Amino acid sequence: MSVEIRISHALKKYGDNVIIPDLSVNIKPGEFFTLLGPSGCGKTTLLRMIAGFNSIEGGDFFFGDKRINDLDPSKRNIGMVFQNYAIFPHYTVRKNVEFGLKNRRMPREEIKSRTDQFLKLMQIDTLADRMPDRLSGGQQQRVALARALCISPDVLLMDEPLSNLDAKLRVEMRTVIKNIQHDVGITCVYVTHDQEEAMAVSDRIAVMNAGVIQHIGNPKSIYQRPANVFVATFIGRTNMLEGELQVEGGKAFLCLSDYRTQMDTVAPEYMQSQKIQISVRPEELLLNRDANADGLKGTVQDAVFLGLNTHYFVKLDSGEDVEIIQESSIEETLGKGARISLTINTEKVNLFLADGTKNILTGVKNDLDA
Amino acid sequence: MEKNKKFELWTVMTIVFFLLFLLILVYPMFGILKQSLYDKEGALTLANFSKFFAKKYYTNTIINSFKVTIVVTLVSLLIGIPLSYFYSFYRLKGAKVIFVVSILCCMSAPFLGALSWIMLLGRNGIVTKFFLNVFKIRLGSIYGFKGILLVQALKYFPLVFIYMNGAFRNIDNTLIEASANMGCTGVRRFFKIILQLSMPTVLAASLMVFMQAFADFGTPMIIGEGYRTFPVEIYSQYLGENGRDYGFAAAISVIAILITALVFFLQQWATGKFRFSISALHPVEKKPAKGIGGFLMHLYAYLLIFIGFAPNLYIVYLSFVNSDGAVFKTGYSFNNYRLAAKKLLVRSINNTLTLGVGSLIIIIVFAVIVSYLVVRRSSPINHAIDTMAMLPYIMPGAVVGIALVMAFGSKPFALTGTMTIMILNLVVRRMPYTIRSASATLMQISPSIEEAAISLGASKLKTFARITVPMMSSGIVSGAILSWVAIVTELSGSIILYNNKTITLTMSTYVQINRGNYGTACAFAAILTVVTILSLLIYIKVSGSEDDIKL
Ligand SMILES: Nc1ncnc2c1ncn2[C@@H]1O[C@H](COP(=O)(O)OP(=O)(O)OP(=O)(O)O)[C@@H](O)[C@H]1O
Ligand SMILES: [Mg+2]
Repeated sequence: MSVEIRISHALKKYGDNVIIPDLSVNIKPGEFFTLLGPSGCGKTTLLRMIAGFNSIEGGDFFFGDKRINDLDPSKRNIGMVFQNYAIFPHYTVRKNVEFGLKNRRMPREEIKSRTDQFLKLMQIDTLADRMPDRLSGGQQQRVALARALCISPDVLLMDEPLSNLDAKLRVEMRTVIKNIQHDVGITCVYVTHDQEEAMAVSDRIAVMNAGVIQHIGNPKSIYQRPANVFVATFIGRTNMLEGELQVEGGKAFLCLSDYRTQMDTVAPEYMQSQKIQISVRPEELLLNRDANADGLKGTVQDAVFLGLNTHYFVKLDSGEDVEIIQESSIEETLGKGARISLTINTEKVNLFLADGTKNILTGVKNDLDA
Repeated sequence: MEKNKKFELWTVMTIVFFLLFLLILVYPMFGILKQSLYDKEGALTLANFSKFFAKKYYTNTIINSFKVTIVVTLVSLLIGIPLSYFYSFYRLKGAKVIFVVSILCCMSAPFLGALSWIMLLGRNGIVTKFFLNVFKIRLGSIYGFKGILLVQALKYFPLVFIYMNGAFRNIDNTLIEASANMGCTGVRRFFKIILQLSMPTVLAASLMVFMQAFADFGTPMIIGEGYRTFPVEIYSQYLGENGRDYGFAAAISVIAILITALVFFLQQWATGKFRFSISALHPVEKKPAKGIGGFLMHLYAYLLIFIGFAPNLYIVYLSFVNSDGAVFKTGYSFNNYRLAAKKLLVRSINNTLTLGVGSLIIIIVFAVIVSYLVVRRSSPINHAIDTMAMLPYIMPGAVVGIALVMAFGSKPFALTGTMTIMILNLVVRRMPYTIRSASATLMQISPSIEEAAISLGASKLKTFARITVPMMSSGIVSGAILSWVAIVTELSGSIILYNNKTITLTMSTYVQINRGNYGTACAFAAILTVVTILSLLIYIKVSGSEDDIKL
């Protein structure tokens, strides 16, 4: 029983402070949708507007065809998982999970069987009679999930549910969350500022900055064809360089000092010579030990051998610093001061307008524009 | 842009409590102000105030109060802080006993100490007689300034002790080690680091002691004799040995409120100078108290709590000594209790329990609701409710009593001599403290737990009743035990409001002392003491820890 969430022209203000100016998004039924963005960009605020804990200063919120702007939070049929778990400290695990069912005045046997079902699903059935203060963080989060899910909510909202857990448990729990969401098939809005986590669990990600969604897309398209410079720099590591696009005889060339290479994927509407910003990820730079080969010239500053990969830090002759990740080779690792040349993987590199607002290549999938 | 126009429980609560507090807090206070500005014929005048300031006799009462209270505060700090320091930084033997007995000292009825010290050091006190008969030495008089100082300092040093324990617990061990590294140890470290860090608490404790000692009516009344302090003066002006003068009593009350308000704001200002927060990741590790130093520490601690608590025990002992009610004789009997039984003992006990339980329930309910409004529903009106609730904090008990009589004594209320006005007095006097502790507890609870309940479909009311209140309960209970004892031993407000029908144990004790029936008084006082001790022991038993007691 999954529903679609439609938000159109949402406005949020605290006093005169506009936090979210004008936000529209459609979240598909059964989708795992993640809000990702830097601290303070308004993720929690938006989530709490959906949940009904924040006032809505403007716009419309729909669950399916039902407008929920004025619906009491207790009537929205949402499951919510909080960063601090928000387990009721004076109830046992079982009572915590039952709480929502009791509010729905279910028959006693059904409450019992549903509770058992979800305790088992979350693998906490052996803890049913424990008090919460005797649970580990991961166990508490499982209780919170079981409690949120067992009421068969229309949507599941999670605000950084894993950020209080240690790194190993975080990885384990995100798999649990992803699998459960998939099994139950519930629409899920997930907030995090851990991009790896977002990549791992999401069907689609919305990257936010300062209350504005920059890019909505699946993890792959956001990583490989970011909509603008903010998204490119926020997601993953990247080197930002300044260069030029030169169009000659219907062909586009990327020019960086004296390095020039043909680009086949520039979108037709941007086919004109102009200054551009270039985002090239460390693995998209190819290192050539022959300093005289065609490419960007530079000097190795530092090299770090990490087993599978070797990281190089190179100062280009233009003065810019870049980072390169290379699969470790059997040859000697290059030392400080070694002269090298670099070429760019033109299939993967991203080019942006000089002001950084648009990716000028084809293949950008941003549902925001749809 | 939508507004939620639906009926909302908390909005209703806001309105109810705003009006209620206007009625029971603001209206009586303005009543006093108004009364002080009118003469007996009902004409507007400043005569009451000029009368006060014209006569040295009256102004002296304020100066006297000030003098003795300041000295009491300083002495309490002086003896309380070292005790707390030893207790917090060293492993004393029987630390639990020291703590529990200290609490008992400050929980006993305000004037029991006075009664007991009179029995020991007064004109006919056994110590006085002993010295006179055996050594032919005449001890100095215990009455007046010295007596008040002795009794109040011994009653209030435990407050300092309890406050300071909290502060010392929050000092991080690494700070102590760091200062040792930089060559700052011993006494220098105590003054430079430890005391400086605890300054906000020192100020808070000072204010607490000052307010309570300043407003204390029983002690100066019983042991003060010629040394008149102004709670006593308010009372005698009101009850009028020389005819009642409401206007003048009101004027003194207004002056008292202004003084306490001034002290309150001075304290707030001073606290603002020490605005830093500390919380210990590594609490101080208690060192063993060894050698001559350790011996002296133990001696100090046990001597102090012995002197503090012995008077209570002495009264219990005296209650079994044979007497005809007024004069003690040789041998032991239950005479005192028999006589007390004839003097409304049963009724006093009944009233004490009824009033105590009744007011406690009301106070707790009010405090929970008000703290919720203040902490979770911040709004200008709720802020006003909070401010109103704090008004009694700066009103000495006698002033509250008089204000209530003036406000509700006549029609349309006509509450004089009823249980209602007694309860009202207790609620008004104790509520600020309970609201403070309830608010502090609520602030510790993350709002997301309540939101979780709501998102699971619980109504606001249900969330409040099933989630918020149970989570607050530990904080409420620890505050309630002290409220309970404070209620049971309340004197200065009730003394103005009680009559034969609403008399309580505390009042009965006081009445008997006043009539010179010391034997009977001891019987009442002994029962009162046992009630206090039992309350505390039950609490410690139930809560399983003595560390949670909050003031
Ligand atoms: N109750 C409030 N009153 C005023 N401003 C607020 C309030 N709550 C949040 N804000 C502001 O709204 C902005 C967005 O806050 P929000 O909590 O949504 O950020 P976030 O994206 O969840 O950040 P984080 O990743 O740190 O949790 C911030 O600038 C914050 O200061
Ligand atoms: Mg947040």
